[in-house]
Amino acid sequence: MASDYLPLLILILLAAGFGVIAIGLPTLLGPRERNNQKLEPYESGIIPFSDARRRFPVKYYLVAMLFLIFDIEVIFLYPWAAVLRDLRLFALVAMIPFFIVLVVGFLYEWKKGALDWD
Amino acid sequence: MDTALLFDNAVVLLPELVLAVGVMVLMMVDIGRRGQNGSQLLAGLSVAILLLGIGASVMIWGRAPVEYLDGAISDGFALSVRLVILIAGVLGVLLSRNWFPAIERQGGAFYSLHLLAVIGMMLMGTATNLIVLFIALEIFSLALYILSGFYRENARSIEAAMKYFLLGAFASTFFVYGCALLYGAGGSSKFTQIHETLATGGGNPSLVLPGIALLLVGFGFKVSLVPFHMWTPDVYQGAPTPVTAFMSVGTKAAAFAGFFRLMMTALPSFHDQWAMPLAILAVLTMTVGNLTALRQSSVKRMLAYSGIAHAGNILIALVAGTAAASSAAAFYLFAYAFMNIGAFTVTIALERQYGNENDVEQSRLAGAAERFPVLAAAMAIFMLSLSGIPPLAGFFGKFLVFKAAVEAGWAWLVVIGVLNSAVSAYYYLRIVVAMYFQQPEQAGDEKEQPFVPASRSSVFVVVVSVLAVVVIGLQPGLWADLLRGLGQ
Repeated sequence: MASDYLPLLILILLAAGFGVIAIGLPTLLGPRERNNQKLEPYESGIIPFSDARRRFPVKYYLVAMLFLIFDIEVIFLYPWAAVLRDLRLFALVAMIPFFIVLVVGFLYEWKKGALDWD
Repeated sequence: MDTALLFDNAVVLLPELVLAVGVMVLMMVDIGRRGQNGSQLLAGLSVAILLLGIGASVMIWGRAPVEYLDGAISDGFALSVRLVILIAGVLGVLLSRNWFPAIERQGGAFYSLHLLAVIGMMLMGTATNLIVLFIALEIFSLALYILSGFYRENARSIEAAMKYFLLGAFASTFFVYGCALLYGAGGSSKFTQIHETLATGGGNPSLVLPGIALLLVGFGFKVSLVPFHMWTPDVYQGAPTPVTAFMSVGTKAAAFAGFFRLMMTALPSFHDQWAMPLAILAVLTMTVGNLTALRQSSVKRMLAYSGIAHAGNILIALVAGTAAASSAAAFYLFAYAFMNIGAFTVTIALERQYGNENDVEQSRLAGAAERFPVLAAAMAIFMLSLSGIPPLAGFFGKFLVFKAAVEAGWAWLVVIGVLNSAVSAYYYLRIVVAMYFQQPEQAGDEKEQPFVPASRSSVFVVVVSVLAVVVIGLQPGLWADLLRGLGQ
């Protein structure tokens, strides 16, 4: 019973070990120079010209949320498509109400103007 | 799998289906309406949908219980809880109409969410499967998070929604972890299957108690048991009062229904182990709720703490864990729906008198009986019923629960419950005393304010609630026969 989880334990140890080594070794061995170039966010990139924490339109939030909802619904369709051949008509009929609900939700957000940028 | 399985016994979910179709119709009507003035139509449509739902429940009332796809059952208990929730839903819609400006602009969203919350709550009472139980919990919780923040002009409402959402999401994670452990213990997500596996010595019994403990956090949060009650006063106070009225009753009925069914059909063989912790929680909940309610100055916060104390009373029925106790709990919730919504409705009417704040301070109630004799009389009836004074509905709720608990051998718990009722009488009666026997402090100012008539729908709700509280109190046997418990 418990030995079933041994591979999992090994994986956790490996992952943790990799992290410790990847970050630990350069810290121990690497040379360190604390000059201005090295302390920039991007050593050989564009020089930052303003603060990264700035205000951006709240509309992105709406778009992200709508995306998330439909994204998850589409993810739900993949396993459904995979087992459709075995479940046959049962799964097809069961999916119809799901789609109706989805379409109603989509119409609602469209007509309510959630997709308009301005 | 056979396609007929989808339609066999689908009548179990008829009320939920009626409401689900209704919500979609409501949303389509909302996007079809022109201009700003269709929100009365939406309110009427919501009430009609909910009444259809009640009709559908009555239609399947009294049939032999059948199960749909191993996930939902139509026994008497499910139907009783459904009735309570649908009634709370109708009264909630009637109160919300005209209440706040946002409802004119976003009536469609408001009423759809309201009905979705009702669907989730009803589903919770019929669920016989951990997965259905969790989904039902999430459906009504998510809807309520948004509804409690619907009064967007009011900072407290936003705060309430934020607090409820963050803490509620946290409680849900406990809940789903508990579900996972119970699934691990019983090897099935179906309640009766879990019971069979564990009762015949199979499964993994060592996971049961951790599972119950985690589920208890989730349920305890929803019904606001101490020590998971911290959100209750803030959310009840901040949320729009019509929403508070609806959710204080609906959430309690739904979460207790799910809790009862899970504990009594999946884990009855562990009753000896979970009864005592729940009894201790019941004592804590009643005592802390009542003692804290004594010190509240806001009417809504007082009602919130009173709701916590009532949750403790209902928990006594679960501790007893008999069929009679579960039907007593259904009766309690039925009576509680009317008296609590009634008390909140009077609060709404008083809010209008005192300048549309989202709350009423108790100090302003002084001398209210002289200015608003009808409201004061109704409030007095609700307060007396909440404190459990015969012959009103609240008394018989408590009586049946306590009786079932004594029969199951929990006399000491009942003694504490009765003592707590005595304490609660103090803060309920204080409101009556303030309204009838005290003089307002600045009589001059109060008199100058014009009288604002209550909206017709809230007058209707008050009348219905008063009638119900009195009729249930005068004819308790009739309703006690009608409302069934588990396994009856």
